[in-house]
Amino acid sequence: MSYINLFKVAIQAILSNKFRSFLSMLGIIIGVAAVIIMMAIGQGSKENVKAELSKMGTNLLTIRPGAERRFAGARPDPASMQTLKEEDVDAIRREATLITHISAEVSASGQIIYGNKNTTATLYGESPEYLDIKKWELKDGDCFTEEDCMKNSKVCVIGTTVVEQLFGSKDYNCVGKTIRFKNIPFRVVGILKSKGYNSWGMDQDNLLIAPNSTVMKRVAAQTWYSSIAVSALSEEMSDEAIEEMTEILRRSHKIKDGDENDFTIRSQQEMMDTMSSTMDGITLILVVAAAFSLLVAGIGIMNIMLVSVTERTKEIGLRMSVGARGIDIMLQFLIESIMISLTGAFLGVALGYGGSYLAKTVLMMPCSVPFWSVWLSFAVCAFIGIFFGYLPARKAAMMDPIEAIRYE
Amino acid sequence: MAEFKENTNVDERGRKCVIELQNVKREFHVGSETVRALRGVSFKIHEGEFVTIMGTSGSGKSTLLNQLGCLDTPTSGEYFLDGVPVRKMKRRERAVLRNRKIGFIFQNYNLLAKTTAVENVELPLMYNQNYNARQRREAAIKALQQVGLGDRLEHKSNQMSGGQMQRVAIARALVNNPAVILADEATGNLDTRTSFEILCLFQELHRKGCTIIFVTHNPEIAQYSSRNIMLRDGRICSDEENNNILSAKEALDALPLPQDD
Repeated sequence: MSYINLFKVAIQAILSNKFRSFLSMLGIIIGVAAVIIMMAIGQGSKENVKAELSKMGTNLLTIRPGAERRFAGARPDPASMQTLKEEDVDAIRREATLITHISAEVSASGQIIYGNKNTTATLYGESPEYLDIKKWELKDGDCFTEEDCMKNSKVCVIGTTVVEQLFGSKDYNCVGKTIRFKNIPFRVVGILKSKGYNSWGMDQDNLLIAPNSTVMKRVAAQTWYSSIAVSALSEEMSDEAIEEMTEILRRSHKIKDGDENDFTIRSQQEMMDTMSSTMDGITLILVVAAAFSLLVAGIGIMNIMLVSVTERTKEIGLRMSVGARGIDIMLQFLIESIMISLTGAFLGVALGYGGSYLAKTVLMMPCSVPFWSVWLSFAVCAFIGIFFGYLPARKAAMMDPIEAIRYE
Repeated sequence: MAEFKENTNVDERGRKCVIELQNVKREFHVGSETVRALRGVSFKIHEGEFVTIMGTSGSGKSTLLNQLGCLDTPTSGEYFLDGVPVRKMKRRERAVLRNRKIGFIFQNYNLLAKTTAVENVELPLMYNQNYNARQRREAAIKALQQVGLGDRLEHKSNQMSGGQMQRVAIARALVNNPAVILADEATGNLDTRTSFEILCLFQELHRKGCTIIFVTHNPEIAQYSSRNIMLRDGRICSDEENNNILSAKEALDALPLPQDD
């Protein structure tokens, strides 16, 4: 039988049992929609994170203490995390030629009090260049100065969430007020512009920034830095800058040739890559879970096709009597199951698009449907139609016409 | 699909031999027992004959019909359908052979549900790639006109009476210009009047030169055919030409008109 006629017969068969066909499609519809929404959220989050990381400056380099950790799990030796010292920062400042800014960081979390209000935030000890490195801007006031760092002044720049918590309103201009972090008074000299939440749900405005020397000596009481942020001359120069600083730090740390670094320098690009591979991992798990529902849907189609074949035994017998070959009968039922699964895929893609749109607009989730996921859905569903339609179709094709035509 | 060779098997009167059975045997294995449904059947049927095959149930009638219809193959012996030896043919080849050379008519019509008369009649041609959609429809309409349903082309199978459904089935059997029409109790489900109408149609087709084999257990029908083969216990017990063929038309006219109760 020609393919046009096979399609006509399949459409007729599907339409003559509309409700049943729809039910067997439903599994495919839901499965495909789930896969598409999961992929859309995965893709959307990835794009979001990338945009955010590049907003922080693509020429940002971060130096962390300790060798590169290739395996998660074992906690590194605490001593190995205390390798970044003031001499290192001085050495880089003195010798590095490919960087523009450098800020050594010390951080501490604690309670902040103003009057009868209190809140909890992280206090970052940085150099005044930090705002340039991160491309952060001030709303009110000014940043602290090099002089403040030298004098260990108790001054700070604060984020709007802290302002809101302590002064009742985000817009309150609290420059000049003195707040207390862990009972140590800090004078507010500047307020940061609000940056909102980042894509992994962290409030980027719930922080204080103070001179790193102040935090090191008066708050954290430590002699090492937790990390060093550096701006390379440009994004393209990042790799060279990393090389240069590695050399300086190895010399400063007196590491012998062949020994491992006791620090790690990463570029923003690497961060992005790590981030997106993590995202890809999570997306993959979600998609695999959704794909299992497609497998179940395929079994549903097989079930319905088996019923359909049994129900139409007499028709099969008749078709065979008037000259249908096994292959004709086989194709007839295969095309029917492929059409059920492809129609389901089509509706599922539509539902997936609708769902992603809702997730984006109503739930404010980052969503972007990758176009290839649509093709993937169709390909997978065509495969499901063939794979799960084969057994019932074969059963039909193998029927004995003599028995089939007398079947009641 | 390659077409079949020209049938060169011709008898002394110049008639083509459409069906030739040579000592056809068919055995079935049921458990450890062997059921011998056909114990050596031989006959020839020539073009233009209207043959009734009769026998009680268990006589091997159905088995013979399956053989003639190429739905089954003999255990031994040979069967030539329009010159084509069937016994060693594969399933696939027999499907094509049925499609080109046989028209089936069943007791319970076997029309496709919710399908129009034309579409039902087109069905055999769907499996013949030599026909395109237009040729298929033209052939189907012609066949339906032959059985007197030219005005009911688009009627669906569930909107028709038993007689009309059987006419559609006959049109479906005619549509591929078969070498032989095989009717299995074709009047079995119909009332007397409709049965005679259908018999009239068969006689008309016979007059036009169709070769018809009519399998039945109703001895009355034998009077309207040109030849009668009787089966008993898997063997032919009589094979006689009918020299006094009754006219179904006359019989129909003689029937009392249906009374409204």
